[in-house]
Amino acid sequence: MRAALALEDGTVYHGEAFGAEGENWGEVVFNTGMTGYQEVLTDPSYCGQIVVMTYPLIGNYGVNDEDSESRRSFVRGFVVREACDTPSNWRSRRGLAAYLASQGVTGLAGVDTRALTKRLRRYGTMRGVLSTLDLDPESLVAKARACPQLTGQALVPEVATKKPYVVPGSKFRVVLFDFGVKENIVRCLSRRGGEVVVVPPQTTAEEALKYAPDGVILSNGPGDPIDVRYAADAARELIGKVPVFGICLGHQILGLAFGGRTYKLKFGHRGVNHPVKDIVSGRVYITSHNHGFAVDGESLPEEVYVSHVNVNDGTVEGLRHRYLPVFSVQYHPEASPGTHDAEYLFDEFVALIERERR
Amino acid sequence: MPRRRDLKRVMVIGSGPIIIGQAAEFDYAGTQACRSLKEEGFEVILINSNPATIMTDANIADRVYIEPLTPEFVTKVLRKERPDGLLPTLGGQVGLNLALELSEAGILNEIGVELLGTPLTTIKKAEDRELFRAMLREIGEPVPQSVIVSRLEDAVAFAREIGLPLVVRPAYTLGGTGGGIANTEKELVEIAARGLKHSIIHQVLLEQCVAGLKEIEYEVMRDGADNCITVCNMENLDPMGIHTGDSIVVAPSQTLSDKEYQLLRTASLKIIRALGVEGGCNIQFALDPKSFRYYVIEVNPRVSRSSALASKATGYPIAKVAAKIAVGMRLDEIRNAVTGKTYACFEPSLDYVVVKFPRWPFDKFSLANRVLGTQMKSTGEVMAIGRTFEEALLKAVRSLEIGVFGLRLPEAEKLPEEDLEKKLTVPNDERLFIVAEALRRGFTVERLASLTQIDPWFLEKIGKIIAFEKRLEIERGFGPQRLEEAKRLGLSDRTIAELTAVTETEVRERRGTIGLQPVYKMVDTCAAEFEAETPYYYSAYETEDEAPPEAGRKVAVLGSGPIRIGQGIEFDYCSVHCVWALRREGVKALIINNNPETVSTDFDTADRLYFEPLVAEDVINILQKEQPDGVVVQFGGQTAINLAKPVAAAGFRILGTSVEDTDIAEDREKFDRLLEELGIPRPAGGAAFSVNEATAVARLIGFPVLVRPSYVLGGRAMEIVYNQDDLVEYMRSAVRVSPEYPVLVDKYIFGKEVEVDAISDGEDVLIPGIMEHVERAGVHSGDSIAVYPPQSLTPEIEEKLVDYTVRLARALRVRGCLNIQYVIGPNKEPYVLEVNPRASRTIPYLSKITGIPMITLATQAILGRKLRDLGYTTGLSKRGAYIGVKVPVFSFAKLLDVDVSLGPEMKSTGEVMGVDRDFATALYKGCVAAGYSFPQEGTLLVTVADRDKEEAVPVVQELAGLGFKILATAGTAKALQSAGVTVEVVKKLHEGSPNIVDLLRAGKINLVLNTLTRGKMPEREGFRIRRTAVELGIPCVTSLDTMRAIASVIKAKMEGELISVVPLQEYHLEEAQV
Repeated sequence: MRAALALEDGTVYHGEAFGAEGENWGEVVFNTGMTGYQEVLTDPSYCGQIVVMTYPLIGNYGVNDEDSESRRSFVRGFVVREACDTPSNWRSRRGLAAYLASQGVTGLAGVDTRALTKRLRRYGTMRGVLSTLDLDPESLVAKARACPQLTGQALVPEVATKKPYVVPGSKFRVVLFDFGVKENIVRCLSRRGGEVVVVPPQTTAEEALKYAPDGVILSNGPGDPIDVRYAADAARELIGKVPVFGICLGHQILGLAFGGRTYKLKFGHRGVNHPVKDIVSGRVYITSHNHGFAVDGESLPEEVYVSHVNVNDGTVEGLRHRYLPVFSVQYHPEASPGTHDAEYLFDEFVALIERERR
Repeated sequence: MPRRRDLKRVMVIGSGPIIIGQAAEFDYAGTQACRSLKEEGFEVILINSNPATIMTDANIADRVYIEPLTPEFVTKVLRKERPDGLLPTLGGQVGLNLALELSEAGILNEIGVELLGTPLTTIKKAEDRELFRAMLREIGEPVPQSVIVSRLEDAVAFAREIGLPLVVRPAYTLGGTGGGIANTEKELVEIAARGLKHSIIHQVLLEQCVAGLKEIEYEVMRDGADNCITVCNMENLDPMGIHTGDSIVVAPSQTLSDKEYQLLRTASLKIIRALGVEGGCNIQFALDPKSFRYYVIEVNPRVSRSSALASKATGYPIAKVAAKIAVGMRLDEIRNAVTGKTYACFEPSLDYVVVKFPRWPFDKFSLANRVLGTQMKSTGEVMAIGRTFEEALLKAVRSLEIGVFGLRLPEAEKLPEEDLEKKLTVPNDERLFIVAEALRRGFTVERLASLTQIDPWFLEKIGKIIAFEKRLEIERGFGPQRLEEAKRLGLSDRTIAELTAVTETEVRERRGTIGLQPVYKMVDTCAAEFEAETPYYYSAYETEDEAPPEAGRKVAVLGSGPIRIGQGIEFDYCSVHCVWALRREGVKALIINNNPETVSTDFDTADRLYFEPLVAEDVINILQKEQPDGVVVQFGGQTAINLAKPVAAAGFRILGTSVEDTDIAEDREKFDRLLEELGIPRPAGGAAFSVNEATAVARLIGFPVLVRPSYVLGGRAMEIVYNQDDLVEYMRSAVRVSPEYPVLVDKYIFGKEVEVDAISDGEDVLIPGIMEHVERAGVHSGDSIAVYPPQSLTPEIEEKLVDYTVRLARALRVRGCLNIQYVIGPNKEPYVLEVNPRASRTIPYLSKITGIPMITLATQAILGRKLRDLGYTTGLSKRGAYIGVKVPVFSFAKLLDVDVSLGPEMKSTGEVMGVDRDFATALYKGCVAAGYSFPQEGTLLVTVADRDKEEAVPVVQELAGLGFKILATAGTAKALQSAGVTVEVVKKLHEGSPNIVDLLRAGKINLVLNTLTRGKMPEREGFRIRRTAVELGIPCVTSLDTMRAIASVIKAKMEGELISVVPLQEYHLEEAQV
């Protein structure tokens, strides 16, 4: 079966369909990770987006039962050069196509993904429509131009938990604001002995504090941070009352809570090879990224400083309050996919909790 | 931390001659490192004995010492230059070992030289097996368990403790005799008992067997501030058990999920930190295909073959960055030269697949054991890049130049099923084709996976190619869509043509009609995330082309492909110099090559690098797109020369000597006619297409005769034949080698061989120098010791050589390089043996010792410049004050079952140069650099062929006079005794014990002189003597000429001459002052 992807700038890519039949629209973004497609597919932060993988062979090791980062896939479409139909790995349970079909996600294979990536790099991320039903270029382009922008969509409520739940632990208690949390954040906390109370995105500070947490984590999640202003309000109230750690969208929310400004990057950072420099120690870490927005460092108040920057393009990758126990990173210390270079941040958070408890 | 200011002068150690396991990758690394250091403002001093390298060029380092890589000579250079720092991690194992020795001898301290980069303690930790294992245990990284036992009971106990299978390795035996893999306790007892018996010290090493596990490698970098990155990981298609150098390797890994990828990446970082490497290192893992269990196998705390591959696979210049780290810079301060925007502190992301394929020398060593195992046997490798695995694999296959353009090997098609299955379990160099054949015959992937331990993923991909081939074959034709599918899958035009019974040209034309051409994609380190500046491209059948044709005047240079016997690093040297010369002349240079080990494929050598197979289809595709003003074929060895015809036929202009004139030199009849016209003599002979014709020619000219197929390279299948029976046998085996060309039968003239390299602009013919071979004709020129300037030629002979060379160059309308080999007959007349209208392997050596930039001049001549305008004229250039001796280097210790005797078939893999004002000293340096260790006293064993007996007497007498004890076999002894030499007679192998081999093993012989006899039995005996000597590291000389040269070396050394070292930059100072 054939499928096509149309971009709002009028470009159309035709290829082979795999996974589910159908039609969907979203923001078209590219990811440069050479492994980790299962984690990408199940990372709720990709909600609202059609993901293009730059590595040409995707599906080589199948899909297993352990590496999903959430209950399902939230991508709006998946574009690859080649979708492997003969996976090989001891943990593989099903092929990529079968998995996508089960998730209702349409895949497009056989396109020049490098050409597509270069277009997105040059002109920025764009809206697009991926379809197996309508292969007419004009009609598809018109649809791409008519579909909503990423900003303004209620993506967080779509992916986040509706009700609080608890993952048991004994050493400390963390309230985790779920804006579309990756499960490995929970696993990283559990591994350190923490009890994790996962709460819905619209939880207020007051409600959160009722759990008497030792610390609060603001999770990753999809979309534009200005669409979750309510979270920034909650965060503002929590700052100073309890140690706070923001990850990705959580970091942007903290930026807003501090009174800062966020802005959209031309094509974002999505991959597992981004060098991030710790301004204090001078050390550089290779980190896992998935963000299309960033905090404007200039917009921050004096008591907040930029703790980490991206070595490639200088974007803000981490914030820290000078006096209060609050810090955040734009990247993913929980990895999955990606390097384990930044996992130490969870240890720092636990240490911070312990220091504040005394 | 910017670069250290306290350092000004840094010395770099190169890796010496090319041998199996240590090839051109260190020239690539060393060149990059030297340039990287110069870029930072350091004065660079270099020592390397290999003249055929770019790194030993005067413009790469400030002071270049082409001297032996021994502690003695390195110390001399250190004392003379007194550098502030020494960088040893770029010269392979040779560099590391030298640094260790110098440090342990206290020399570095004494001279006050700081070791830069990775500290010595780290090198020791990685090199010493026990220290390494202890360190890994400390940081909790798993290693295969092992134990050394001297009793059978202990072996069994160990097996019961950790389980079978176990690898059994006897300590101190030859070539690993007596070892093996034990799968059952019974086998263990058998193998261990045998091993204990074979081991000189009665010990065997038992190690947990990891054969069959996945072999995964990581290239890791670390700077002095503890920042770490992994450049790349690689997955070996062949499982553990086959040396990675002999494995098909894929980058990045294909069958690892992110969990496995990161598991091993994290382990890699932990290991490089625990070791404290400052620079690059390679870490090898064995990974269980059925769990997360893994073992650390090996760490190389230096740049390596794998790091060269990783650099070319990703675009990340590991050696360049390692050199900067060594002088104190941090990863985040070093710019990513590929993007020009980002920094070296990141991990490359690939959006293509890379396949590396080894190139083995079994075409030269037809009797060698081709089974692959833990001893590396390949001499070189190719790399290919594609958007799919199939595309990259098929490109790699056709890059090998083994006459195969797809996955079909005619020999494999004939194999009965049992043999096929056996070859699947016992892998050899043809394994991929055997796998393909098995798939063609319907073997299932499961069955193949269990027979080969190759991951099903790879087998499925190969199966996809086979299935497609079958479809084409059945359909017996193709429409535009099928053709596009075929090209996107990576099938060559030639394969498509074969399967559908059309010609390759027809397929090309059909592609042209429907506009099906490849596009060119960039290797940019970042999967297009950032805009990149590097002009490094590969082809793919995709939609967007990223390489709009280069504007302006441009020339394409065809490289020389993988390193193999007969076509080594010299041709990469020539290609690189041609590119540089073109650029200096204001002409854009495009290079096409596929060898990842080389300088020519460095991303900043040419204006554009096309990393593509050197076969007609891929080359013409590039030319059609670029439309260059011309194509240069004379610097890339036979690989490039072979492409001249198809390239010209496709309508492109060959620059330099024309295809027609090249053909005159290579075509026997045309060449004979030319020589006749010019009145230049050559040995009598003729061409023969059958046994009868050959016999007729031999009868006419008389035995011995030199026989060979036409269109030779590296003396393939060349042999000296002394009688009718041998001739008949040769004709039977050689004619099968290349049926389309005749066999040449020439009178074998037993005389001095000389070689001339010349450069011609069509009018003037410059002869930079004449080289005289130590060994007489009959030993391949590539295997001979060569001397410049000649030591024993009369002015009359030299004059004649010059006259012949000039006339031949003009008659062949040579533009560029020309190489002629002559033999001086007993009548003192030079005879032409061979004319090669292209750059030869002696060019780098001769360029360096004469100081004449030969390739630059040749390139200028090719572009139409006149030598006269460049300051040169016709004739032989003036001799310099220095004598250069080129000594060949062999890899016999790595190739079991290969006869070490020298003959017309080339066997050497590399070369070194010795330079001095005095011939004997230059020869001495050359021999030392080549690894000969000469006993100053001891026992010499002489066993020579009857025809050599008389001639052997004087040299043996001389050595006896120097105090050597002489042993000889009966016949030889008799000849020596009758000349008054005191000789002890030793037993031949079939004469009982203690015989020669027993004495060799007992260490009672220090030097062997053995010349080749004919007839079957004695030859086998000679073979065993020579092999035993080589495996025991006892010098074994097979030519009386070599022996005489060595005698003079030993004599010179005994006379205790003071030997000094001299940099390349001073070879010609004196003439300059005159």
